[in-house]
Amino acid sequence: MSEIAPSTTDAPILRSENLRKSFGPIEVLKGIDLDVKRGDRIAIIGGSGSGKSTLLRCLNFMELPTGGKVFLEGERIGTVRTARDGSQSVTYSERELMSVRRRVGMVFQQFNLFPHMSSIENVMEGLVTVMRRPKSEARARAAHELERVGLSDKLDVYPGRLSGGQQQRVAIARALAMDPEVLLFDEPTSSLDPELVGEVLRTILTLAEDGRTMLLVTHELGFAYRFATHVIYLYDGVVHETGTGEQIFRNPQKEKTRAFIARSSEFSL
Amino acid sequence: MQQYEWDFGAVLAYWPMLLHGLWGTVAISALAILFGIVGGGLVAAMRMSRHVALRTIGTAYIEFYRNTPGIVHFFWVYYALPVITNVKLGPLEAAVVALATQSSAFYAEVLRGGIQSIVRGQWEGATALGMSRADALRRIIVPQAARRMVAPFVERSFEIVKTSSLASTLAYGELLYQGMQIASITYRPLETYSLLALIYFALLYVLSSLAKILEDRLQEA
Amino acid sequence: MGYQFDFSMVVKILPVLWRGVLVTLELWVICLAVGLVLGFFVSLARISPFAPVRLAGRSFVELFRNIPALIQLIWFFYAFPILIGAQLTPFVAAALGISLNTAAFSAEIYRSGIQSIERGQWEGAMAIGMSRADTFRRVILPQVFRRMLPAFTNRAVEVAKVTSLASVLSVHELMYQGRVLSSTYYRPLEILTTVGVVYLVMIYPMTWTSSALERRMRRKA
Repeated sequence: MSEIAPSTTDAPILRSENLRKSFGPIEVLKGIDLDVKRGDRIAIIGGSGSGKSTLLRCLNFMELPTGGKVFLEGERIGTVRTARDGSQSVTYSERELMSVRRRVGMVFQQFNLFPHMSSIENVMEGLVTVMRRPKSEARARAAHELERVGLSDKLDVYPGRLSGGQQQRVAIARALAMDPEVLLFDEPTSSLDPELVGEVLRTILTLAEDGRTMLLVTHELGFAYRFATHVIYLYDGVVHETGTGEQIFRNPQKEKTRAFIARSSEFSL
Repeated sequence: MQQYEWDFGAVLAYWPMLLHGLWGTVAISALAILFGIVGGGLVAAMRMSRHVALRTIGTAYIEFYRNTPGIVHFFWVYYALPVITNVKLGPLEAAVVALATQSSAFYAEVLRGGIQSIVRGQWEGATALGMSRADALRRIIVPQAARRMVAPFVERSFEIVKTSSLASTLAYGELLYQGMQIASITYRPLETYSLLALIYFALLYVLSSLAKILEDRLQEA
Repeated sequence: MGYQFDFSMVVKILPVLWRGVLVTLELWVICLAVGLVLGFFVSLARISPFAPVRLAGRSFVELFRNIPALIQLIWFFYAFPILIGAQLTPFVAAALGISLNTAAFSAEIYRSGIQSIERGQWEGAMAIGMSRADTFRRVILPQVFRRMLPAFTNRAVEVAKVTSLASVLSVHELMYQGRVLSSTYYRPLEILTTVGVVYLVMIYPMTWTSSALERRMRRKA
């Protein structure tokens, strides 16, 4: 984040400038500026409809932004075309988006595992199909990732036979296998039974210890506080307030932020 | 290749025959749908009966018709049935009997599917109120099932209209049979059968569009 | 009544019917294979991003679904050769008509299968950098086949029944043999009943498989 002390000195891995997204007449993101540096862990919080999921989905181009710029390692994503009347439009090639998505991994609220593949096949899929790795190498790597999320005993089990928490850990392993430079979590525990939330959050925390660069959209404010190096409070499609967890949760400067924190009853530091 | 000279005029000159055939198609279909619904109700009742014997008969009836081609039923009713009953049926009667018995089986499945799609909770809710089985069926289950049955019911009825063309094999003057006559009179099979296809298409496409509107209405209600 | 069902007749005709069964099986396998492959490409046209391609796919499907199969067969045998200036054998005409008919119905099975796969599956694959083509091939299609297996076996049953219409074009399949035998021996009851039973024996395993698959899937869901 530009306003606060950077955790590292090098240039941002991921950066957005005046990022906008509309669905039809409704503008969900109204110009978001964001700098993500290596090792940053950013928690994005906000009420429903604040645009937090859309922001995340625009950063790996699950949704195509309708305005603004996104840079990955300093390189602008998309090709700018200038029409004869001087107006500019951005187009994205599938090849470019594929490479961006491989470098910016994502974990979904609904896991989105492939039900016709076992755990290890789910994790291998990207290695084999996208990275063109030989099967044996992919299998070894996939087994390693599943071990990392504590599922080495579930390699050949299909998602339908796993608990929600286990499924989400497979999904995390699947994302990790691609060696993403940034990892996005879109409400990873929202569709889990309460007793399964803990195992997924613990897995995410171990990734934090490894120094991974991560962005997390969550309703678990307590976790966001422990997890994040920076917190962004999103309100009505704009960054309303930003700071460290300490600043946002203990000492919010703006009225709306304060009200939001207070309303979130499950929050306990 | 020599350029073929289309001449729909020669075929259209026989439009009264086509009209007659269209009437035949509508007549067979309407009668078969009517009797089929009544028969389907009976078969469905047997299929869902609590008595094993009735249930077995209902199941066997449905399975027989599901697993044998329609043309066999047409020939069987027209040629084989009279051997048992000693009553010779005319082509129209035979076609209607064949089509109605066959569609009874299919309508029965539509009815059963609709009724069974209503979750158990609805039955339990009704009986918890002290309703009898018949009352629950009539007041709770059927109204809900009816809405879900519209689409498969319409689909089955279209199948009947299409299958009615098999009556031509019994020399009944429905659309296809009349078309065959015109083709052999005019030596214009290309125009005749293309026109025939077009008439069926128009008939069924218009009907299906109407059915779609009806379905949408019912969904909204 | 008092009619004596002549079982020796049944035994006598079985070898001839067997020859018919072989032709029926041949027609069935060819039409199903061609129809399923062609239907896949038609379904791709149906969901294409290009409106003209979509329209072409839709027209194909509507045309073959809204015209009776019998008319299609007759058209391909009597009308189509005039258009292309070459005679078709009855078998080829029947195979052509039934295959295209099967393609139209299978296209709709593929399409509803593809559209029934949750968007999350596309997103899950895209999020690890898979191309649309790879996602379709490795993630979507295998699930479509699995999910639509009962519908496909159902279609196989329908195709088996439709092959009986080829008898109208004098293709020497089961129904044709039955018709010829029936008019040769004047024993329609025995012969047509036997034909019906043979169809039942041929088709029932398929129906059974289809409903078993459906039951299994419902249990899983």
